[in-house]
Amino acid sequence: MNAPLPAAATTSAVCINDFVVKFANVNGSGSASANRLFARSIFRMGVPVASRNIFPSNIQGLPTWYEVRVSEAGHIGRRGGVDLMVAMNPQTWAQDLAEIEPGGYLFYDSTRPMPPSSFRDDITVIGMPLTAIANARYKDPRQRQLFKNIIYLGALAELLGIDSQVVEALIGEQFRRKEKLIPANIEALAMGREHARAELGPINLKVRRADAVGDRILIDGNNAAGLGAVYGGATVAAWYPITPSTSLAEAFERYCRRFRVDPETGKNRYAIVQAEDELAAIGMVIGAAWNGARAFTATAGPGLSLMQEFLGLAYFAEIPAVLFDVQRGGPSTGMPTRTQQSDILTAAYASHGDTKHVLLLPGDPHECFEFGALAFDLADRLQTPVFVMLDLDIGMNEWLCEPLAWDDSKKFDRGKVLTSAELEAGREFGRYLDIDDDGIAYRTVPGTHPDKGTFFTRGTSHNRYARYSEEGADYVDNMQRLLKKFETAKALVPAPIESKSEKPTRYGVIYFGSTSPSMHEALAGLAAEDIHLDMLRVRAFPFADAVAEFVLAHDRVFVVEQNRDAQLRALLINECELDPARLIKILHYDGTPITARFIRKAIAEEWHLLDAVTHKDAAE
Amino acid sequence: MTYLLKPKFHHPHLPKNGLGLTHRDYEGSVSTLCAGCGHDSISAAIIQACFELDLPPHRVAKMSGIGCSSKTPTYFLGQSHGFNSVHGRMPTIATGANLANRDLVYLGVSGDGDSASIGLGHFAHCLRRGVKMVYIVENNGVYGLTKGQFSATADRGSISKGGVGNADEPMDLVSMAILLGASYVARGFSGDKHQLVPLIKGAIEHRGMAFLDVISPCVAFNNHAGSTKSFDYVREHNEAVNALEVMLPREEITAEYASGSAVDIAQHDGSVIRLRKLAESYDPTDRLAAMAYIQERRAAGEIVTGLLHIDEDIRDLNGRLNTTETPLNSLGYEELCPGSGAIERINAQLR
Repeated sequence: MNAPLPAAATTSAVCINDFVVKFANVNGSGSASANRLFARSIFRMGVPVASRNIFPSNIQGLPTWYEVRVSEAGHIGRRGGVDLMVAMNPQTWAQDLAEIEPGGYLFYDSTRPMPPSSFRDDITVIGMPLTAIANARYKDPRQRQLFKNIIYLGALAELLGIDSQVVEALIGEQFRRKEKLIPANIEALAMGREHARAELGPINLKVRRADAVGDRILIDGNNAAGLGAVYGGATVAAWYPITPSTSLAEAFERYCRRFRVDPETGKNRYAIVQAEDELAAIGMVIGAAWNGARAFTATAGPGLSLMQEFLGLAYFAEIPAVLFDVQRGGPSTGMPTRTQQSDILTAAYASHGDTKHVLLLPGDPHECFEFGALAFDLADRLQTPVFVMLDLDIGMNEWLCEPLAWDDSKKFDRGKVLTSAELEAGREFGRYLDIDDDGIAYRTVPGTHPDKGTFFTRGTSHNRYARYSEEGADYVDNMQRLLKKFETAKALVPAPIESKSEKPTRYGVIYFGSTSPSMHEALAGLAAEDIHLDMLRVRAFPFADAVAEFVLAHDRVFVVEQNRDAQLRALLINECELDPARLIKILHYDGTPITARFIRKAIAEEWHLLDAVTHKDAAE
Repeated sequence: MTYLLKPKFHHPHLPKNGLGLTHRDYEGSVSTLCAGCGHDSISAAIIQACFELDLPPHRVAKMSGIGCSSKTPTYFLGQSHGFNSVHGRMPTIATGANLANRDLVYLGVSGDGDSASIGLGHFAHCLRRGVKMVYIVENNGVYGLTKGQFSATADRGSISKGGVGNADEPMDLVSMAILLGASYVARGFSGDKHQLVPLIKGAIEHRGMAFLDVISPCVAFNNHAGSTKSFDYVREHNEAVNALEVMLPREEITAEYASGSAVDIAQHDGSVIRLRKLAESYDPTDRLAAMAYIQERRAAGEIVTGLLHIDEDIRDLNGRLNTTETPLNSLGYEELCPGSGAIERINAQLR
């Protein structure tokens, strides 16, 4: 199908606050901070932006990209296509050139002349001798490199109409603690601006001040989730470095230093251990949680694989634990710096034997914070591991989202933990005795009472009083209670969010996590093509009854996800006992964040096929 | 057998300790290990040590991995919380538990398969970190539950019950423990309770990582001629370097020794470890000399036992992480949650 392309890419009219700029750089060249300044400047002008790092598993010398979506309409997913390519990396020249929309722009370093065959004739080429300008002004090679980035930032600001005062203010904030660097950066910025003003023609992509940001913030999901763990009362964190989750553990530590040091004694109200491996990390979390502390680990796919045995123990012995999985491209080492939603099944059924785990699926960093804190209440309430499933796109990119929110009237829900007084009062204690008929038994923390409430925690099968038992009836009783507990979890986890299309429709779409913003943009585009879909965003597993009801209320439901094997769809079919034919896969799994254009095109193609079939059915 | 309950009947005149508890109060379920298993002697020594130290049983947390040795926490301290975890990972559970509550006594029981093979990494890192706990390896050189395979501590040349010789070098856990920074390292023998009970008492009183390697012959699979972990072999080759007495602060020190033959080591909790030297030149506070001596005697075919290394200048894991004196598991909402005011400030910084 040939969907009309957005106006920005096809017409020569001035395109205001709605375009995509992509920077192609070499990693380790210091481009990241200049590119970030670019995106933040636009954000400060009240225009929604979304920036995404697409980076290699490498420290220096390999290609890296930074894509900035500018959208006054508030579309913060990836659109697809590039209107202005800032091509600073000769290694990727051909692929960068190919990605530019017809009618778009190529900005490049023209210090070394290039033959006309190096370009395309359907784009506008803007050459600026960046290296020559930088070399003329700076002697030190590192300075030449770093200021070259700021020079192109100045030129782009001039071309796009970005307020130079805004950029300068941001430079001031960035070098707050190294004030000496501010004038030099501002000088480089001005050099770029002056050159562009004098030598480069106007372009028809423009940033104009707007009031479309409101009180929203820019934050990455790992940062938000790490803060969520602080608010959720986590005191013990054990982790092993792994991309893309490392910055989550580091954020937790940073916020702990700020908020969790006892002002009187200088002592820490937290403990963080960089473990010897992921097995140890989850073991420490389980040990701490068994002993009454709130504890978590942060990892990615390979770490989750290593934790499998312990996760089965935590499920079976019923120990609270929180695990943040920042998903990346798998299997094996896979694509460690690229995004995917491909750990869903591994997490949902982690470990050998029959298990089911609670998964929380945040759709943006705001929810990473919210679910990050909530996970600890849920783990304590349900006495089981709770997984917060981020991915690299949500975890490591700064997203525009609603401000973080905290309700001070909320207190921690520590779940069913018997105190010494309750034991003393003669409450019957059986560690796995389901007194309340919700599948959740009462637990005690070691050291509570001199002669009441002790029990032996084990991964072997046990009866209701935690005694070792190989009796089939005891085993089945326990496994059935665990199922009942999972049923109880349905009402406690975040409910799915549904929204109806403007026109009545027999079709729906289910999606989750980082797919959300691209999904919203795609639906707006589909509606313009007269394809209308009701939407449901899944936010947790176990699935609320509303999820199956949504599927049954539609003839066909598209399930959009970022993995090869349609893992969410498989989980829906398996857990809700749905007819697979009702659920149509829409899959994106090349490691880059899914784009609105991809979703729109894929759904439209499937929809036209379906429409032909259903019309034929109707005619017969 | 676990389904055989121990009789509740107690002798009316059983001796009581300082807490008014009898020996029976420190026992657990009936052991299901083989009759004569060295591990049961170690359990008995743990019971004896805890009784003599007046430890409130509920202030002890027992933890283990998988294997015969790891089954034993069921057989002692029935009034303590226990945690039988997964194979080789006991040290990680103990580390996490220790961070959650620094006030309990952590007693980890492991075996040579658990600590020297599948969990070697955790063994090493737990020692490096200085987790405050008693870490006992019940070392028999063999996999008992899976019926007689060599473990990583089996000596080279040791013959299995099936007549096969072990070709690989053994792990020497005490040497590794000293190297890795454990601040209390001892080796005992399950057949020598007089030596073992004080070693365990000293370990419990120690305020850092206390590691005990206890040679514990496997009567079913590794107690035959040709084994270097049999009762007979260990008895013949055991060289005790010192004898220990642990004196609590409240106890009057009565024993007298000729000057120079005994050394008193004050522990942080006020107790005193009195060491009577058996090998005149052995000084357990000298880490390098201790390692050299153990290697030297090992080359000569001897198994050095006793308190092999002690360092009272310690900072345990909680000390290194500077955690609050109040156990982390006792901190509440007010102490942990920064509240909505802080959120507003953070939001402002993100605009």
